[in-house]
Amino acid sequence: MYAQMIKTARTGVKPREEMSEQERAFQDKIDAGIKIEPRDWMPDDYRATLIRQIGQHAHSEVVGQLPEGNWITRAPTLERKAILLAKVQDEAGHGLYLYSAAETLGESRDELIRLLHEGRMKYSSIFNYPTLNWADIGAVGWLVDGAAIINQVALQRTSYGPYSRAMIRICKEESFHARQGYHAIMKMAFGTPEQKKMAQDAVNRLWFPALMMFGPSDKDSVHSEQSMAWKIKVKTNDELRQQFVDQTVPQIEYLGLDLPDPNIKWNEERGHYDFSDPDWSEFFDVIKGNGPCNVDRMNARRKAWDDGQWVRDGLLAHARKKAAAKVAAE
Amino acid sequence: MTRDEAFLQFLLRMGDNTLILGHRVSEWCGHAPVLEEDIALANTALDLIGQTQMWLGLAGEVQGEGKSADDLAFLRDVWDFRNVLLVEVPNGDFGRTLMRQFLFDAWHSIMLGRLLKSSDERVAAIAEKASKEVAYHLERSGDTVVGLGDGTEESHKRMQEALDYLWPYVGEMFASDEVDAEMVAAGIAPDPTGLREEYDALVGKVLGEATLTIPDSRFAHKGGRDGRMHTEHLGHLLTEMQWLQRAYPGATW
Repeated sequence: MYAQMIKTARTGVKPREEMSEQERAFQDKIDAGIKIEPRDWMPDDYRATLIRQIGQHAHSEVVGQLPEGNWITRAPTLERKAILLAKVQDEAGHGLYLYSAAETLGESRDELIRLLHEGRMKYSSIFNYPTLNWADIGAVGWLVDGAAIINQVALQRTSYGPYSRAMIRICKEESFHARQGYHAIMKMAFGTPEQKKMAQDAVNRLWFPALMMFGPSDKDSVHSEQSMAWKIKVKTNDELRQQFVDQTVPQIEYLGLDLPDPNIKWNEERGHYDFSDPDWSEFFDVIKGNGPCNVDRMNARRKAWDDGQWVRDGLLAHARKKAAAKVAAE
Repeated sequence: MTRDEAFLQFLLRMGDNTLILGHRVSEWCGHAPVLEEDIALANTALDLIGQTQMWLGLAGEVQGEGKSADDLAFLRDVWDFRNVLLVEVPNGDFGRTLMRQFLFDAWHSIMLGRLLKSSDERVAAIAEKASKEVAYHLERSGDTVVGLGDGTEESHKRMQEALDYLWPYVGEMFASDEVDAEMVAAGIAPDPTGLREEYDALVGKVLGEATLTIPDSRFAHKGGRDGRMHTEHLGHLLTEMQWLQRAYPGATW
């Protein structure tokens, strides 16, 4: 899940009797499962919420290049290097689709990037954690993309057409990444003792941050209700988190690794695994900017943007010269 | 030098060029001036690494010591690398990276064009696949060099500086030696010297359009493609690239 703590402009759902006729027609459409398209009328809050959510998702894809890019130059084989390059390239491509989806709502990519660089927009907390050994690359594909898929499969049914379609496309690639990630970590879990140690270390460090990707518990998630009513969100944070745990625990067991949480236990009655809550104070610290890598990640993005200013200016100036020459010739 | 020894050297030259340049380009990941460029750079690096797998795979086969492409990439030291110096110089700014790419792509596309007719069908098959990718690399790096050369005053200045810095590394791509003579005799590969005229025409046209001035000097730094003297930069690059393989020998990944 690459969007967390998305604030809707209001808390709670607007009651039907308070809705205008336009709002009622809009809600009816959503209830009937009809997609909202860019030219359709939509409430201002719906538009604003979506811009925040899609924008945050796009930023996550872009910032998410950094922890994985951290290992491209140290990938242990040519094939692993190629797989990782292809994956990171996919993530950048997802960023592009998502910025384009946000543009259909009237918000430009440059503006969203400005808000990110000014610290006024966020990206997923997971990318503020470091990648410290090669197994982290497998674990990011398996756990992080795995968690993202669970959320994004649900979002394929989201009410806004361009976002829904972007999710369908993105999910196909993410599933591929998750399988490749699992394969990479499998090699290590079944490899030398040192490799197994790397795999265990990666799972131990990334488990709780991965659980945090789904956002705070439903009882503390004040912004979910309206988003659910608008079908911007389709499932609650806790439902998605449980689904992730249920899916992932047997995969950890298959690898022969120790479970990263002593409280993970199958609950026959619930038909689900029980597990410990992540440390939510850590989550809120990371969201506030105090994660292990927040400052470095943002500095890297700002530096890339600032260092690239002359390139963007140069290419733009050239395009204008060419266009002017074409007009002059006609 | 036997024909197979020469053939091995030729294959290492091709594969090490793509390996080292692919590595350099991949260093940009996540740091490019705009998202489209991030994608394009990753794509270029990916193509080059894919070509490396083919060239070094064949090199291992010809060498006959049971070495894989990975063994050759990750377990040789600086003196065994056969890439031209051009591809190992640090990225510098985006302008230098794209200028280096263009100067290499122009040579690469001409070279691969000739290799399509190689008497060795394995070489011809690799060239067939790689030449399609490289045609796109050249189109993109050429367009970017033109756009930035003929962009703003600052972008022009930076591109001219990049060209001035890199130009002394161009000549090595066209230096012929006994390895090349053997490859010509076998009909496997062309004489590099013979590619220069076409290269100068191609590069001259693009750089002209980019309003950039090609330096007068034809001085060429050499020592990469025969391994006699690489730059100081290659050792650092290998230190990073080969670290896991060196630190955990015998592990499979």
